[in-house]
Amino acid sequence: MKQYRCVGSNVRKIDALGLATGQPVFTDDFCLKDMLHIKFIYSPHPHAIIEDIDSSEAEKMPGVKMVLSYKNTPQVLHTTAGQGWPEPSPYDTCMFNKKVRYIGDRVAAVVAESEEIALEALRQVKVTYNVLPAVFEAEEALKENAPVIHDEEGIQGVYDAKRNLVAHVEVRAGDIEKGFQESDVVVENTFETQFAQHCPIETHIAISYLDENGRIVIRTSTQVPFHVRRIVAQVLNVPVSRIRVIKPRIGGGFGSKQEIILEEVVAFVTMKTGLPARAIFSREEEFYASRTRHPMKVTVKIGAKKDGKLNAISMYTLSNTGAYGTHGLTVISNVGSKTLPLYNKAPNVEFVGDVVYTNLPVPGAYRGYGATQGYASLEQAMDMLAEKLGIDPVELRKINHIREGETSPIFKALGEGREGVTQYIQSCALEKLIELGAKEIGWLEKRGKQQKEGTKVRGIGMSIHMQGSGIPLVDMGAASIKLNEDGSVNVLYGGTDIGTGLDTAVAQIVGEVLGISPEKVIVYAADTDMTPFDKGAYASSGTFISGGAVYNAALKLRETLFEEARLSFGEIDSRDYTIENEKIVSPVSGKTISISELVYQTLYVRKHKQLMETASFVSETSPPPFAAHFVEIEVDKETGTVTPITYVAAVDCGRVVNPELTRGQIIGSIINGIGYALTEECKFSDKGKMVNPNFMDYRIPSSRDIPEIKVILVETHEPTGPLGVKSVAEININGPIPAIGNAIYDAIGVRLHSSAYTPEKVLKAIKGSI
Amino acid sequence: MKAAFIINGKKEEFEIAPGDVLLDVLRNNGHNEVKGNCYMGTCGACTVLIDGVPKASCTTLAAQVAEAEITTITGIGSVLNPHPLQLAFVEKGAVQCGYCTPGAILTAYALLRKNPDPSEDDIKSALDGNLCRCTGYIQQIEAVKLAVKLLKEGGNR
Repeated sequence: MKQYRCVGSNVRKIDALGLATGQPVFTDDFCLKDMLHIKFIYSPHPHAIIEDIDSSEAEKMPGVKMVLSYKNTPQVLHTTAGQGWPEPSPYDTCMFNKKVRYIGDRVAAVVAESEEIALEALRQVKVTYNVLPAVFEAEEALKENAPVIHDEEGIQGVYDAKRNLVAHVEVRAGDIEKGFQESDVVVENTFETQFAQHCPIETHIAISYLDENGRIVIRTSTQVPFHVRRIVAQVLNVPVSRIRVIKPRIGGGFGSKQEIILEEVVAFVTMKTGLPARAIFSREEEFYASRTRHPMKVTVKIGAKKDGKLNAISMYTLSNTGAYGTHGLTVISNVGSKTLPLYNKAPNVEFVGDVVYTNLPVPGAYRGYGATQGYASLEQAMDMLAEKLGIDPVELRKINHIREGETSPIFKALGEGREGVTQYIQSCALEKLIELGAKEIGWLEKRGKQQKEGTKVRGIGMSIHMQGSGIPLVDMGAASIKLNEDGSVNVLYGGTDIGTGLDTAVAQIVGEVLGISPEKVIVYAADTDMTPFDKGAYASSGTFISGGAVYNAALKLRETLFEEARLSFGEIDSRDYTIENEKIVSPVSGKTISISELVYQTLYVRKHKQLMETASFVSETSPPPFAAHFVEIEVDKETGTVTPITYVAAVDCGRVVNPELTRGQIIGSIINGIGYALTEECKFSDKGKMVNPNFMDYRIPSSRDIPEIKVILVETHEPTGPLGVKSVAEININGPIPAIGNAIYDAIGVRLHSSAYTPEKVLKAIKGSI
Repeated sequence: MKAAFIINGKKEEFEIAPGDVLLDVLRNNGHNEVKGNCYMGTCGACTVLIDGVPKASCTTLAAQVAEAEITTITGIGSVLNPHPLQLAFVEKGAVQCGYCTPGAILTAYALLRKNPDPSEDDIKSALDGNLCRCTGYIQQIEAVKLAVKLLKEGGNR
């Protein structure tokens, strides 16, 4: 592979020092005079019609500016999902609804001069409810006579609202029945994943104000600034041109901030009052009023020939999308589309999925986006199959995984909520990943040995994965680059770095193409007034799509530079020109000119023009990154505690732009995944109230909970990605549930059928198996 | 009521109410280098040093720590003159979103003051109260180890 100069090196994350020194760079580090504060009233009932809201007492209180509810806010049905347009999520909510659909659903809001006054006034708002029967389980919600959760007029994009069925997906390749009939061995596994929350350390926060011309400026902790602009304009019924969205530094998102849930409220208040407005979620609100992960029940059936070759795979998924359908269809699509192509040797494949409304808090986008739930079941079914066939799980995967030059009918059949795109794998190091990972964990030496120490037993497990890089033919990014007279550049792009290091990757890509140091690349991102469009931060699209836009713009700018140099050299052809050490070189004549000198000429002497280029990027494919995960765990048979000891992740994400930042993405995903596998679970009362919305009762991993993690990067060159890159942000969250589940089975011979693998569950399973 | 604090070595006096927590008092008076919003003392993002001891400022009543010496992240280094811990966090990729970083660095700072040569377990125990959802902690731990080295090489700060 070609050696790069900037790409592939550990360039320091460009915002890191500012962050490490506490600079005021986050949304809330910004205080405006006369700012109004917004606090919400949430429904105490899982399902009810608001008969009336009496806010007269609250409105009389000094310092209270207004009380918002369905009565005085725009009743525009829309989706809160910050997706491309037209959105694949249903239009099934308003800023405030007349009907509430879960405990924690937004009823009203008090706008006041201080948070204290707002909180005080909340208590004075009298709400009368007509309480309706509620339903919490997806299976129950599908039954006849189940309460209908969305019976409002005018909702759009719901498959069958009367049955609470938000979406139904069904795709097939080959003949699935025949496939199972002709299989020598068939296994079936049903696995349930739980409600979980993203837990960004910075909760959702949005601030808005009017600029000097009366336009609404929204400064918000978002992953999708351009979708915020579009959806706020839709909800407030104002032109997009009246809104500017600024994305400052973001304190983590993981999918939760791909939602428009505060921005439209602050903007509405600013529009009505002319004053700055601020809304921020407490940690508790972050849990129940922002977004969660879709809990799913995934049944996988696999048929194989005696030699281990898969002949048929079917997957049925039931997804609980809570009270609103945001991301329901697209997440369930990914349960199949990001997992089934991995085992493309099976000619007969079926994916069926149902997405169901219930009276529970609202799932949305969450790192992994359905693939996590799909792999939880699929990769444990593969181990069950391996056992039944008498083949080592590693070998079974080697026989069946997708390879370079191959395709899967699922790519075309199943996209994100619509038909997908045919694609052939052009880079895949899975064989190597499996080999290196197995060696690193000591697979052959440790597997099946059940090494014991007192009440503790060791076990090892593995799983393999793919994801995607952006959504093909949907996700678009754009960038402009302008040259300065010292040879530095300003990159203006819409890509949304939410802590991942995307801005740094962009500086490296531009530095690579233009032959300048990344330190000379000044990156300004994601401001809807200042930068070109970008879809935002989701679907593992940052480096691939946004990076692709920047790459294209840099290529154009290099051509422009060459053309200017050619004129300056008085030559005919610039085809052979190169850039070395910030100088443009004509190899034939030996003439050189520094970029700086050239720009001095174009800005001040000869041309009087700004050298600047704009380009966009949309991809026809979504090249998957691949990963092989191996884990050694210890199960305490007396307490039921599962402790990961060593976790190995071998990853092919194409060309690695920045090894240290890539490693951070991988480790961060794995730890987030381990939390999901072992401890994290939103719990609900029998009335559907979330009972553990805080870090005492909802345990995310701390520094003491982490195993040793070994990251192995195997580089490939993806020809469709800028400079050979693919993605890395999501894929590694998918491993812990199946790999640890398989390791538990290796240790104690018990297979769990739901996450989280809590001590109670493990103990119960051990007792059940005796 | 008025209350005075020695913040990063400088005496500052603010008007506070008896129920005000230190986080709000600091942020409302321009110290927005202190992050955090959980008000339960569970995430550690709002960590400051109170007389050298790391504490969650979101659950500390300002009135109770009047006259105390308070160190925030800007008290140990700046962009132009960073502390070795800040440099090490940058170097090791330990800063992703960066929201928890000031708190984590201050906790590590207090640890290294007390124990200039901590073991990996010491570092893990110290950082236990500073939740980070991005990094998975490993690079943070590596950063603290690097800072130990840098401090030994460059003398104490």
